[in-house]
Amino acid sequence: MSSATLEATASAAPAADKLTKKILTADHPTWCPGCGDFAVLAAFYKVLEKLQYPHEKIVCVAGIGCSSRFPYFVNSHGIHFIHGRALPLATGISLSRPDVHVFVFGGDGDGFSIGGNHLNHAARKNVKLTYVIMDNFVYGLTKKQTSPTSPQGFKSKTDPSGSIDRPINPMKQLLASGATFIARTHAAQVKHMMDTFERAILHDGFSVVECLSECVMFYSGSFDDSTPRKGGVYDIIDETQHDVTDDVAAFKMADEPSPGKFGVYYQVERPTKNALEQKWIDSTQAKLAGLSQKEILKKRLETMR
Amino acid sequence: MSTATASMGSSSTTLRNAVIRLAGNSQDGIQSIGGFLARLAGRTQHDVMTYMTIPSTISGGPSIFQLHLGSGEVLHPGDESDVLVAFYQHSYDAHFSSLREGGLCFYDSGEVTELKQERGIHHIGIPFTAATVEAIGGSARDRGKNMFVLGLLCAVYQLDRDKLAGIVSRQFGKKDESVLRNAMLAFDAGYAYPIGDMGTFHFEEGEHTDEHRLSTDGNTLMTMGLIAAGVRYGSAYPITPWSSIMETLRSELPKYGGLYVQAEDELAAVSMTIGAAYAGHLAVTGSAGPGLSLKMEALSYASMAEIPLIVINVQRGGPSTGLPTSVEQSDLLQAIYGSHGDCPRIVLAPKDVEDCFYIALEAGKLAREYSCPVIILSDQALSSRIEAFTEPDLDQHWMEPGLDLAERPVDFKPYPLDQITRHAPPGSKMASGRYPHVTGLEHDEWGHPSGNPKMHQKMTDKRRNKLVALAKSLPLPEVHGDAEGDALLIGWGSSYGPIKESVNRLRAEGHKVGAAHLRHLHPMPAGLDGLFAKYKHVIVVEMNDAGVYGYGQLAMLLRASLADPKIQSVCKTDGLNFRIGEIVTGVEKVLAEK
Repeated sequence: MSSATLEATASAAPAADKLTKKILTADHPTWCPGCGDFAVLAAFYKVLEKLQYPHEKIVCVAGIGCSSRFPYFVNSHGIHFIHGRALPLATGISLSRPDVHVFVFGGDGDGFSIGGNHLNHAARKNVKLTYVIMDNFVYGLTKKQTSPTSPQGFKSKTDPSGSIDRPINPMKQLLASGATFIARTHAAQVKHMMDTFERAILHDGFSVVECLSECVMFYSGSFDDSTPRKGGVYDIIDETQHDVTDDVAAFKMADEPSPGKFGVYYQVERPTKNALEQKWIDSTQAKLAGLSQKEILKKRLETMR
Repeated sequence: MSTATASMGSSSTTLRNAVIRLAGNSQDGIQSIGGFLARLAGRTQHDVMTYMTIPSTISGGPSIFQLHLGSGEVLHPGDESDVLVAFYQHSYDAHFSSLREGGLCFYDSGEVTELKQERGIHHIGIPFTAATVEAIGGSARDRGKNMFVLGLLCAVYQLDRDKLAGIVSRQFGKKDESVLRNAMLAFDAGYAYPIGDMGTFHFEEGEHTDEHRLSTDGNTLMTMGLIAAGVRYGSAYPITPWSSIMETLRSELPKYGGLYVQAEDELAAVSMTIGAAYAGHLAVTGSAGPGLSLKMEALSYASMAEIPLIVINVQRGGPSTGLPTSVEQSDLLQAIYGSHGDCPRIVLAPKDVEDCFYIALEAGKLAREYSCPVIILSDQALSSRIEAFTEPDLDQHWMEPGLDLAERPVDFKPYPLDQITRHAPPGSKMASGRYPHVTGLEHDEWGHPSGNPKMHQKMTDKRRNKLVALAKSLPLPEVHGDAEGDALLIGWGSSYGPIKESVNRLRAEGHKVGAAHLRHLHPMPAGLDGLFAKYKHVIVVEMNDAGVYGYGQLAMLLRASLADPKIQSVCKTDGLNFRIGEIVTGVEKVLAEK
């Protein structure tokens, strides 16, 4: 962080209540030039500008990986945690602080490999938060090892003659997990990415977006087949033809060969864990109306007399 | 051990204390009648300490519950029993040897057929099962024979029948009406059963004078302590013998507007708890040894990021899955040093059931004050044993939970070098407009990643010096017994009572010995070397392996930090509590060496 940036944000803040890109910008990203993650960050700023949440209510959470440096580049409350555990950490924030907006950023290693089990459970619990998985099909921070989404045949330092393991299909995995908002977008498709982020953020529940984001250093050209200016096809889901509440249709769509479709695969309303827990808290407290917290514990201790 | 001889005859013998061992199978409900008797002790100004074994099986298997009841201070669950209640032949065979000479054995005459005639043991055969079936009638079968035995013991020991019945009815009152009715039918049948001319026993008046005495187990009281400390959030994964704390938190915290989450695994549990702590709450996670190992990476993070956090480890027998339902104190080194990197954290251990409340309070205070993880090392013995103690004064100890969302001043820094870290949780405005980042990367004062060698040294100093300051503020442990002399016994955790009792015995035999119990294991209070200087030997009594070099875990730490060769170990790892005899023999052996 340069001190110039620090002063800039500090001096800009007091005057402005309005959330602007300028206010939201913190450190200059340490990503490599050409990295897809820059576009994701820019899109996130823009969506926040549109949504105008109170500045202090925004929390950015990440685990470990290139993309997980994200919180440092956003001037908001932020926490950079350990590898794979960003989701449970974010769950702890979301459930104990319903007043804040929780955003989780990470990569394919964090989301589908070391933290894979947490993705399943945060999804089935329908914890209120938004999770953006910046998927580049490779481990970049550790300099080119095979990732859980690397296609078979991908040559890396851990698979010098080409990856032999079948990659994860993120959409199918998420559909099976019980997530209530599942979408797929692309860092090179800024407009679509922003629309998708906005829908995800406004969804009341666990929303997850897989965002293809090219690693120009270790897997250059990985997403050419979905990049029109490189001769690929960016095929956006036509929601007049696809019923987003139909998980079987979504599952079928997820099986399409690369590059597949982009957009919202699945979205349903289901009570969040946040709401269900609060309901239990409210009904429990209703029976104790009139007692202070100290009195509740006193009464509990008296049963041990 | 009884201090009165149970003389046979139709008279009533007055007792100062008694050890009763109930031996049956785990589904017979012997734990519940033991629990009733223990609660009664608390309500009659008596003292009690219980001990139980639970088979590590899904259902069934031999199990015992032992109670040491007394009029004065009871410090241990009893090396040998005055009374054995045997439900089966296998219970009789396995536990006959626990009876003292001249002790009393009640046995189910429908189950136990082969008796041993030795050591002057008095046998009284009663058809527990048949008499229970007769009393309850119908298809009750033998369910309720525990209540029959409770009634029997109530009559033999002339216990306060009305108070006992009150405790029973409160326990069963929540269930179906017929459950309580059947329980009381069995109880009454046992109470009225003619036991011939063996006479009765009567406890001396209880000596405790406190107005309200509670009796419960350590896990339950620890949970109450956490609530009093202001804990409202957390997460855990089930594991014996920790689970009952998370179960109680899950059902209790909603009353206080809080929430306890069952996580998918130990890693998620500690991470969710750190999330709640980062969000500004006092939060707790917990586990037993294997689960603590799984939390270690995140605990190192909490040291680095300076997150206030309470972590409870209810120790059990290890390594690996080990002895899940037995007691051991072998997680001390894991608790202090178990993570990667230099990651200072505080480690405390409660000394008895009552202390489980106060250690939880202290953990809450220290976590807040020093903004770091605080590990509480409880153990299986404390988790399940019942003791009676003075009701804590909540007016004095209550700590409000609080969530500090005040706007932070312009000069706020998340990691100031000249102050202890006080995080600004999400939701708090920053007057500077500059929002803080909490991180596990080495960082500068603003939380920005920094690989600067000088900064790493400064931040390492900052994190460690919190503990140095704490060590200086901690009081030296009180010494029980001689303030100088042949030996100072050092203990930690659940062996407090047995060590104290051992000192009483050793002193009665003419040795000049004292005992000091460490509740603060990391950091330890400054000045222990001065205390040790007053004794010829320092003997650390702990339930872990004596190790390759002959020293237990705490002894090793003390030797390493004080470089004092007179520090010796008395260790054991048989999964059972220390018996008084084992400690006395161990100490006498050390004393005889030179």
